[in-house]
Amino acid sequence: MSPSTPATLTSAAPVGDVMIEARGVEKWYPNGFHALRGCDLTVNRGEVVVIMGPSGSGKSTFIRTFNALEDFQKGSITVDGITLSDDLRHIDAIRREVGMVFQQFNLFPHLSVLDNLCLAPVLVRKRPKAEVQEQARGLLKRVGIAEQADKYPGQLSGGQQQRVAIARALCMEPRILLFDEPTSSLDPEMVREVLEVMQNLAADDITMVVVTHEVKFARQVAHRVVLMAEGEVVEVAEPEQFFTNPSQERSRRFLDQIL
Amino acid sequence: MKPLLRRLRHDLFATPVDGLISVVLLAVIAAVATSFLHWATSQARWAVIQANSTLFAVGRYPIEQQWRLWLLTALLAAATGISWGMLRSHPRSDRGGILWPRNDRIAVGLLVALSLLLPWLLGLSPAVQLRWVAITAVLVLLRWLAGRFGPQLPAALKRLLPLGLPLLYLMGMVLIAGGLGLVAVSPSEWGGLLLTLLESSFAILLCFPLGLLLALGRRSDLPLLRWGSVLYIEFIRGAPLITLLFLGQNMLGFLLPGGLAPERVWRAAWVLTLFAAAYLAEAVRSGLAAVPRGQLEAARSLGMSMPQAFSTVVLPQALRVALPSMVGQFISLLQDTTLLSLIGLMELLGTARTVMANPAFLGHNAEVYFTLAVLFWCCCAALGLGSRALERRLDPATIARSG
Repeated sequence: MSPSTPATLTSAAPVGDVMIEARGVEKWYPNGFHALRGCDLTVNRGEVVVIMGPSGSGKSTFIRTFNALEDFQKGSITVDGITLSDDLRHIDAIRREVGMVFQQFNLFPHLSVLDNLCLAPVLVRKRPKAEVQEQARGLLKRVGIAEQADKYPGQLSGGQQQRVAIARALCMEPRILLFDEPTSSLDPEMVREVLEVMQNLAADDITMVVVTHEVKFARQVAHRVVLMAEGEVVEVAEPEQFFTNPSQERSRRFLDQIL
Repeated sequence: MKPLLRRLRHDLFATPVDGLISVVLLAVIAAVATSFLHWATSQARWAVIQANSTLFAVGRYPIEQQWRLWLLTALLAAATGISWGMLRSHPRSDRGGILWPRNDRIAVGLLVALSLLLPWLLGLSPAVQLRWVAITAVLVLLRWLAGRFGPQLPAALKRLLPLGLPLLYLMGMVLIAGGLGLVAVSPSEWGGLLLTLLESSFAILLCFPLGLLLALGRRSDLPLLRWGSVLYIEFIRGAPLITLLFLGQNMLGFLLPGGLAPERVWRAAWVLTLFAAAYLAEAVRSGLAAVPRGQLEAARSLGMSMPQAFSTVVLPQALRVALPSMVGQFISLLQDTTLLSLIGLMELLGTARTVMANPAFLGHNAEVYFTLAVLFWCCCAALGLGSRALERRLDPATIARSG
C-alpha cells in the first residue's frame, strides 16, 4: 500500500458489524488499585482504533481484557459476537479469533522462526503442518523476513522479532489484531519497519486496536483515536479532529505534552 | 615442544609470585601422588577386591542365573552405542556431520583400554575377560553403525527409536527379577552395584514425573492442590532421608494390608523416589520461575489451552533452565543410596561392610573404600557428562549455530 493521505483513509472508516463492544468495564487489581473505571468502546469490522494516553492510564490493561488476558469485575465485553464470561470455552473461542502483539515480542526462544508461526495453527486449529508451513513462509515474506525462517528469535534484531510476532499472530488467521505498544521497546531505527508492516495490514480487512505513542501512525492509519487517562476513556474522535481540535481539556493537556 | 614450554612458562611462571605458587602446588601434588602410588602398588592388598569382585558387582545373585545380567549388560552397551551414534549424527548436534570427533576417539580409546585392563587386573577368568571385550566391541561397533548409517534411516523409524529405552528398562527389570518364563530371583538376593543402580535409576525415573506434578501443583490456582503440594514438599525437605527410610520400612507395613506391602528393596526404592520428588519439584519450580510471564500469555493469546501452552512453550524452557540442578539432585540421589546399607540392604556400601567384616580380609578397609569411591565417581561423572551434553544440545544458541 502506498502511504495515502490521512483524509482518504479516515473517510474510508467502515461502519457496520461491531467486532468489539465494551460496556462499563471496571477492573480492580488485587491490591485494590482501580485500573479501569467504566470504560466504553465500540470497534467496527475493519476499523483501526488507536488508543493513546499517559503511562498508567490503563490502556494496556483495557486491550488485554479483550482477549481475557486480564479479567474485570464489572461491565461486559463482546468480541465477534461472543460474550466474555467465565466460561473457558468462550475464552478459548475468542482467543482463536483475536491475535495479539506484545511490547516485549514474546517469541518462543526455543523454536525456530518458522516453528513459532506454525505451533498454534497446528495445535489449536489442527491444520496439516505442511500447509501451515507454506502459509507461514508466505506471511514471513509479507513482513519482509522470508530469509530468516530457519533462524532462532535470539538471532534477530528487535524489529525483525516484532515482525515475526506479527506474522505469528496472523498465522492463526484472526479477525482482530491487538497491538500492545508494539514499538515501545524497539530502537528508534527499527520502529519504522514495524509501523510499515502494521500500516500494510491496516489496508486489509483486519480489525486492529493499537496502543501506541506513535502520533504519525495514529494520524495516518487510525480511523479513530481514543484517549485514556486514569482508567477512563476520556475522548474518542477521528484523528484529524483529535490532534487539531480535541473536545476535552484532558486531551489538550496530553497533546501539549507529546506534540 | 617449544611452544609448549613457552606456554607452560607463561601459565605457571609468569611472575615470581605465580612461580612460587606453582612450585609449592607442584611439590604438594607430587608428594601426594607418589605416596598414593607407593600405597597402591606395595602396601595395598587388592586381593580383597579381586576375590569379591562378583559380590561388589551383583551381590548374591545366583551364579546359574547370572547370564541374564550379562545379557542385560550387552543390551545396555548396545543401547549406549546406538544412542551415542544417533546423537552424533543428528543434524542439529553441535558436532553434526563428523563421524568421530576427537572427544569420541578418546572416549572409545579409554573404553577399550578399560575393558582390556580392568578384568585382567581383577584376575577374572579368561572367559569373563573375553565377555567384557565382546561387550565393548558391541558398543563401539553400534556406535559406528549408528553414526554412519543412522541419518539414512527412515524418519518414522528414527522417531520410534527413543521408545526402545523405556522398553529396555522394563526388559531389564524382567531379566533381573524374573518372570515371563524366567526363574524368579528374589530382591533379597540382589546386591552390590546392581542394587545401587537399580534403586537409583528407579528413583530417578519416577521422581521426575512426580516432581514435575508437584511443581505444577505448587503453582496451581486450586488452593487444595497448591497447599497439598507445599505441605508435601516442605515436610519431605524438612526430614532427613534416613528417618524417612526407617519410617518407610516400618510404616508401609502398617498402612498396607498384609501381603500388599512391597518387598523391602521396593519399599526403599519408593521412599527414595518420594524423597527425591520433593527436591526435584523445587528444581523445576526455579525453572518455571525463570520463564517470563509473557511466554504463557503469548501462547494463550494464540488460543492454546493451558496443557498445550505448558507442554510446548513453558516446560521446554523451564526444564532446560532446571536441568543442571535436576542432575545435581540425581547425583546426590545416587550417593544417598548408600544410606540403604543402614536399613540392611546389600547395595555397594552394604556389600563393602560385609566384605570388611570377613576375617580373611581384616584391615583392608582402605582398598574397599577407595574402590567404592571410584565406582561412585564413575557413575556421577557419567551423569554429569550426559547432562552437560544435553544442556549444550538444548541451548538455542547451539541449535542455531549448527542448524
